[in-house]
Amino acid sequence: MNLQSNDFELFALPVQFAQDRAAIDARWKDLQREAHPDLFAAHGAAALRVAMQWSVRINEAYQRLKDPLKRAAYLCELHGTPINAHHNTAMPAEFLLQQMSWREALEEASSEAELDQLNEQVQQARREELQQCERLLDVEHDYPRAAELVRALMFIERFAHNIEARFDRMDTVDRGQ
Amino acid sequence: MALLQISEPGQAPDPHQRRIAVGIDLGTTHSLVAAVRSGVAECLPDAQGRVILPSVVRYLAQQGRQIGFDALAAIAHDPENTVASVKRFMGRGLQDIAGRDKLPYNFVDQPGMVSLHTTAGAKSPVEISAEILATLRYRAEDTFNDDLYGAVITVPAYFDEAQRQATKDAAQLAGLNVLRLISEPTAAAIAYGLDNASEGVYAVYDLGGGTFDISILRLTQGVFEVIATGGDSALGGDDYDRALADWVLQQTGAQATQASDKAAMKLAARACKEALSATDSAAFEAQLTGGRIHFEVTQVQFEAATAELTARTMNAVRKALRDARLGKDEVRGVVMVGGSTRMPQIQRAVADFFGREPLTNLNPDEVVALGAAIQAHQLAGYNSAGDLLLLDVIPLSLGIETMGGLVERIVPRNQTIPTAMAQDFTTYQDGQTALALHVVQGERDLVADCRSLARFELRGIPPMAAGAARIRVTFTVDADGLLQVSAREQVSGAEAKIDVKPSYGLSDEQIAKMLQDSFSTAEQDMQARALAEARVEADRMVLATHSALAADGDLLSASERERIDALVAATLAAKPLDDAKAIEAATEALAHGTEAFAALRMNRGIKQALAGKNVETI
Repeated sequence: MNLQSNDFELFALPVQFAQDRAAIDARWKDLQREAHPDLFAAHGAAALRVAMQWSVRINEAYQRLKDPLKRAAYLCELHGTPINAHHNTAMPAEFLLQQMSWREALEEASSEAELDQLNEQVQQARREELQQCERLLDVEHDYPRAAELVRALMFIERFAHNIEARFDRMDTVDRGQ
Repeated sequence: MALLQISEPGQAPDPHQRRIAVGIDLGTTHSLVAAVRSGVAECLPDAQGRVILPSVVRYLAQQGRQIGFDALAAIAHDPENTVASVKRFMGRGLQDIAGRDKLPYNFVDQPGMVSLHTTAGAKSPVEISAEILATLRYRAEDTFNDDLYGAVITVPAYFDEAQRQATKDAAQLAGLNVLRLISEPTAAAIAYGLDNASEGVYAVYDLGGGTFDISILRLTQGVFEVIATGGDSALGGDDYDRALADWVLQQTGAQATQASDKAAMKLAARACKEALSATDSAAFEAQLTGGRIHFEVTQVQFEAATAELTARTMNAVRKALRDARLGKDEVRGVVMVGGSTRMPQIQRAVADFFGREPLTNLNPDEVVALGAAIQAHQLAGYNSAGDLLLLDVIPLSLGIETMGGLVERIVPRNQTIPTAMAQDFTTYQDGQTALALHVVQGERDLVADCRSLARFELRGIPPMAAGAARIRVTFTVDADGLLQVSAREQVSGAEAKIDVKPSYGLSDEQIAKMLQDSFSTAEQDMQARALAEARVEADRMVLATHSALAADGDLLSASERERIDALVAATLAAKPLDDAKAIEAATEALAHGTEAFAALRMNRGIKQALAGKNVETI
């Protein structure tokens, strides 16, 4: 294992979508306990530089492994199917319709309860798509279809961010600022 | 060749050579220094037995200055030359300072950071903070009768790049070797968690004199993982004082326009606020040029006059929990930090929100310095706290300006540091050979709404069609939360790099000049100091190499071993020379020459960390 190992090798995890989040977290901490620059503060410049490289690499892998969407995208890439979200924006009509109705609902939402409800809908859709992703990646090994699903999930994720931004604004407006 | 002591990593290399490392809480209202002595972290008192140093600096007409209690006593009669709460000006321009018309200072608007005009000339917030830090440094050196090895300085979690860099500059100016900047709530969590052997998710609500932080942390077996952080680096007890003073002026119809009146109102408000933490009603008393104010203020009135400020802190708490993707019922305890959390309305608001009483069993004034001292002790190579590990996050997103004044986010907020993230960009004109990069920090989509950190240019891109160049921009954030940005054109290899010393930061030359010019450390001969530092660093590198060889020398071939031995010998040969540059060069050669060995050792360590764990996963 070295700095070029893939994320799964680095964390000694099976190369698959299904993962135990607690195991990823625990492994991350085990690795940082070996590599974090703070542990090498008194060990000279050479060790410090190496520690910085490793610590950064471990954090990078952790960011990708712990987030199901990033993990799915990474698995597609490892199997020769890059996501290329910028060049590949075609989506099924049904999906686009759902996006439009969500956007309308977001614009019209005027209370925290309505926003909560919309958020729950979106999270539910996200969970379902991720389950399908797991089947495509771990059972059917159909990476091109999984990549399509990842692109759809990226839309959902962006929409979830918009909802969060609305929650933030609502907090501030509520209190008359 | 000199005899060398060989020791295991994690232990002090030489028991006869003490390494004194301190933690410093550089606060808005007051500052403290703490150290681990005989295994216990404690705040160091001054000659009069006081641990608190008021963060107040007074400049006198004849070159002198007063720092701490003496300066505090002069606020009312010499307001222009007596600077309090300077932390609020760190890394800030004039427009950034809210309520500046209510402050008694003569601000000098300067590009980058504001300065204050005093009887001793213009003083930057960095210089003023350095006076406070130097005072604490002398206190620690007197206590131990020895030089300091280094210091951990705390900053609000919500401090941005410019404010962190300004703090580090101030420490350097005060002659301190900065081991790490750590965030105040994290420091508090260390002191609290280690004291109480806690596990689980904790919220740290830190309301200081001028800053507010909320951090959500997970504590597991000595690992302090920050999950999310939020706050306001311009909201604190000072604002409660000001709100109270404004309310009293409104009620009484009195005026406070002169500098001395503004200072008197501020002091009176603070005294009244402090009294209201213990009683239901207290007198607001101030002697102004236009007459005397005597006004009775109740708890309820004070709470109402400051309700908006308290609500702002609770908004940040909600946002941090959302960022952490945690419900408030998942929080096992709320730790209160900062003197301003003594206000009853704050304790009530926090208790109401979380549905549990906040934890106040540690002194909220001291807990940050104590945590910093524990971390400093460990960074100096001692292992008293067991396996303490901080996994902190970056508080605000970092990005660069793209077409149309929009921000492309590269490192999102709440990302664990150290981190490096890259993004590819391209040219937008045919034959374009240079690209201007503008680095910004903040959560908003428009560059105009974010803080500008630095600008630099990538030149030497070979002329190609628009969109053909592939320029990879990499952001590297170190464990202190400080940023370096590099850009590289992938085809030609053209490269540019910048340490983000924001438009606000001081260059190393400026710092060196300030050190020589005015400063309390000026009596120390700069050259002697450089030589001493070079020798210490050489020793450190040689000792580290010896202990590495003792532990993992088997990883090296005979010829590799010979090369390293030769570099060690060269470093030891350079050490007695009176030439700092030659010693530094030999030390750097040794560092460089042992890097591959360090990489091999790290590999071995990582493999060991995972060994035995594969069994569970298979």
